[in-house]
Amino acid sequence: MNRRTGLLFVTPALALFGVFVLYPMVTAFSYAFYDWQGTARGGFAGLENFTALFTRAPFTTDLPRALLHNVLFFVGTMLVQNTIGLTVAFLLHRRVRTRRALQTLYAMPYLVSPIVIGYLWTLLLSPTFGPVNTLLTKVGLESWALPWLGDPDTALWVVILVSVWQWIGFPVLLYGAALGGVPEELSEAARVDGASHAQTFRRVTFPLLVPAIGTVSVLTFIFAMEAFALPYAFGGSTGNPAGSTDFISLLFYRTAFDSGATDAIGTSSALATLLFVLIFGGAYAATAVLRRHERRITA
Amino acid sequence: MSVVPAGIGTADEPADVTPATGDGGPGSGAPRRQRARGRTAPVGGRTASVALWVYAAFALVPLLLMLSSSFRSNGDLISNPLGAPWPLSFDAYEEAWTAGNFATYFGNSLLVTLGAVVLSTTVATMASYALARGRSRIFRWLESLFLSGLMLPIHLAILPIFYLFDGVGLVDSRLGLALLYGASGVPFSIFVLTTFFRQLPEELEEAATLDGASAWQTFSRIMVPLVRPALATVAVFRFVPIWNDFLFPLVLLRDDAKYTLPVGLTQFFGENATNYAAVFAGLVITTLPLIALFLVATRQIVAGLTAGMSK
Repeated sequence: MNRRTGLLFVTPALALFGVFVLYPMVTAFSYAFYDWQGTARGGFAGLENFTALFTRAPFTTDLPRALLHNVLFFVGTMLVQNTIGLTVAFLLHRRVRTRRALQTLYAMPYLVSPIVIGYLWTLLLSPTFGPVNTLLTKVGLESWALPWLGDPDTALWVVILVSVWQWIGFPVLLYGAALGGVPEELSEAARVDGASHAQTFRRVTFPLLVPAIGTVSVLTFIFAMEAFALPYAFGGSTGNPAGSTDFISLLFYRTAFDSGATDAIGTSSALATLLFVLIFGGAYAATAVLRRHERRITA
Repeated sequence: MSVVPAGIGTADEPADVTPATGDGGPGSGAPRRQRARGRTAPVGGRTASVALWVYAAFALVPLLLMLSSSFRSNGDLISNPLGAPWPLSFDAYEEAWTAGNFATYFGNSLLVTLGAVVLSTTVATMASYALARGRSRIFRWLESLFLSGLMLPIHLAILPIFYLFDGVGLVDSRLGLALLYGASGVPFSIFVLTTFFRQLPEELEEAATLDGASAWQTFSRIMVPLVRPALATVAVFRFVPIWNDFLFPLVLLRDDAKYTLPVGLTQFFGENATNYAAVFAGLVITTLPLIALFLVATRQIVAGLTAGMSK
């Protein structure tokens, strides 16, 4: 295929991608550096919009709180994913007949819209009619039948656990694929040399899984920083109750579309830029560390 | 993230390959078979099996509860949240589908999602073919430009998208939404499809050219049919996030006759929060097409989930 024909083939995709993805992405940053009055763009504002995020209400209270929630979301998801997810994948490995079926069942909740998942669990955990509390009462755990979502102390953890419940099929799949890629000869050799099952896992299998764990971690990080639909379903755009389920994306949405502030475009774009830098920086750093590890184990 | 095009074909491979290495094979002698069996014995034995199935129940029961609750009357639900859906009541569905406008939302979601998937798959297939076969350096450059889109959090660009749409009359338009989703699907589709085109032997095109086929004929009659499995993976896998997306329709649509399901559902939930049965029915209506899709295309979805995993 010659160059001209090739370019003709690429043009439709490039036009679509350029207009609706690249152009908005690039301008999103530029918005943050201008002065805005409603939808009218004023002069260059330098970092004014960014300083507003750290000096002006409601950002001074909402931003650190939302960031903390994003971080807790990430850490909580990571802990469960890398313990339960890896254990499940390890137990599934070598179950030739049932693995496919079980993996499929675990992946089911992933398909469902986060909005549906949020409303579903809101209903299931409802203090007035919720099946969960009814069940807890029936089995004699009345003291556990609490308004989980109404209490600012527990609401965030409900959001995190529900999210993990929805996504766990994904790390199970990835870890399963990674385990399938570990050559049997290696662990067999370790066994022949007298290593126990636990030792074989810790010294042979696990180091070879680190790239997969890293991939899952990076994807989880991006996912946790962008969390929007699920918390929106649980606590609306204000992160009810009492801001306990607020996240950066919700704060961004409120600032851009609900705040009514005259410079909303400027400050919300600054917030989006900050979030982008956070996501990209975090993912980039993690990938760099990972690549170094990969080089070491393949060397 | 390892965006090494390990090839989507490898996604399923571990699952398919390991069983083969496990059994000693028909020709192997008894002692060897014994050893092979000991080597491949599942970890954790029976206890682990039980635990794995219990966990499967934990993943599934909330979804089954959603389904069973949608077939009950509201009064019945409130008096006994865990009761059986018997006799089956379809009132909740009737209410959600007509009074709750779910018929409209469903149609809109279908229109937008299918439009976007067809659009991005079509343009990405053409582009991928050229990127896989083009020898000029510009194609390498274009490919990395497209692939950079894999990491872009497109939702953060909602403000410029809103003003772009506002300027060309695409706000409150299903077409606008379909174009946007179509564009955002381009990087993933190109990522998967270029890998596939690269695996096809170049002799095929040389033969076609000798027989007098034009570039377009070679592409559409010979190359596209050969990457059909990858096309299915791309289309199915893109369908799910578009169908489920919430932020874009929330911001870009105004008229509730144009709402897609997630936004329509939010409106319905806000107005009918105590009509539990109808809300459950709405949740099921929103989810059903994805479950149906999953049942017919599990392979493609699983392949999509593990796409790009470098082994």
